[in-house]
Amino acid sequence: MRLKAFTSGIFGNNPVMKQVLGLCPALAVTTSAINGIAMGLATTAVLIGSNTVVSLVKNLIPAKVRIPAYIVIIASFVTVVDLVMNAYVHDLHKVLGLFIPLIVVNCVVLGRAESFASKNGLLDSILDALGTGFGFTLALMILGGVREIMGNGSVFGFDLFGPSFEPSIVMILPPGAFIALGFLMMGYKYVEEHKRVKRGGE
Amino acid sequence: MDLILLFVGAVLVNNLVLARFLGICPFFGVSKKVETAIGMSLAVTFVMAVASIITWIVQYAVLEKFGLQYLQTIVFILVIASLVQFVEMVIEKTSPDLYQSLGIFLPLITTNCAILGAAIINIQSGFSFVEMLVFTIGSALGFGLALVLFAGIRERIELSDIPYYFRGMPIAFITAGILALAFMGFSGLVK
Repeated sequence: MRLKAFTSGIFGNNPVMKQVLGLCPALAVTTSAINGIAMGLATTAVLIGSNTVVSLVKNLIPAKVRIPAYIVIIASFVTVVDLVMNAYVHDLHKVLGLFIPLIVVNCVVLGRAESFASKNGLLDSILDALGTGFGFTLALMILGGVREIMGNGSVFGFDLFGPSFEPSIVMILPPGAFIALGFLMMGYKYVEEHKRVKRGGE
Repeated sequence: MDLILLFVGAVLVNNLVLARFLGICPFFGVSKKVETAIGMSLAVTFVMAVASIITWIVQYAVLEKFGLQYLQTIVFILVIASLVQFVEMVIEKTSPDLYQSLGIFLPLITTNCAILGAAIINIQSGFSFVEMLVFTIGSALGFGLALVLFAGIRERIELSDIPYYFRGMPIAFITAGILALAFMGFSGLVK
């Protein structure tokens, strides 16, 4: 049961592929695998913080003002992450730019606070944050990796195909993000369907 | 002249949705019908314009003055959230008709990253008040244009025969990609 809170965020209920949430950062910063991981980890950090605090104070917040209260909690953690990244990984902070403060309005974070942390205990909420964050990071890394391989011929900065390879630049431009994610979602649906058929479900 | 370039650039070249990836959630969420798409773009245009004006004033009259720039994210999101709530109440009291058509979109707008995104871009680019207004309205129109075009295409997709695994979201993303490709044709229009 405990483990399920963790694993469901990774495949069965993946925030990007299945719930189609948090798309703005997922599409915008994934020009390379490493950027995808960085954005994923920043979001995970915020998720862990916000889920922890929300699950601790869930009984103190009146139901009517819970959404603004959650937003303030999330915004505080985003500010912390923003300042820490600016201080220690300045180059990465420059690349991700606008999308660090925009973690505030990432529906994944608010979604987990509202649908999970506000109803469950501390440990479960942290596990849920870790699972969802890991699933988000994984999706961003795969999307970033696919775009980097096709658009730049490299992965994590290593050249894969040598100088004769002609990359299709469009994949690291905005249209490539939509198209790559479209095909990845198709693949996800295919795998999901096969798993279900194997289990004998209809 | 510069203002016209800024405007055209915001609508077409640096389109909020298709080039900057802001406001993707409503772009896919409410683009199944042209009518709802138009309602959503009107609501976004209105809120974005008011939110940008207020956040611009707050930034320069309060945050910069007292050296509190690090509170930007928290203050801006609070301004936007309360503004949306306020607009919702005003519309409900003054014009029930408008509320009928826009009402359901308003709560969604708080978590629309296009609003916060535009507010932050305004500050980061160091726009003057007039530039900020032109840029914001251009961005909002660009959002509306992309949303309505996309809704028009999706209405037709509903009726066509699509391979099973592409149905739903996958084909919508690929369509958006092709639309973004079309918008790339505008790059170079404004330097």
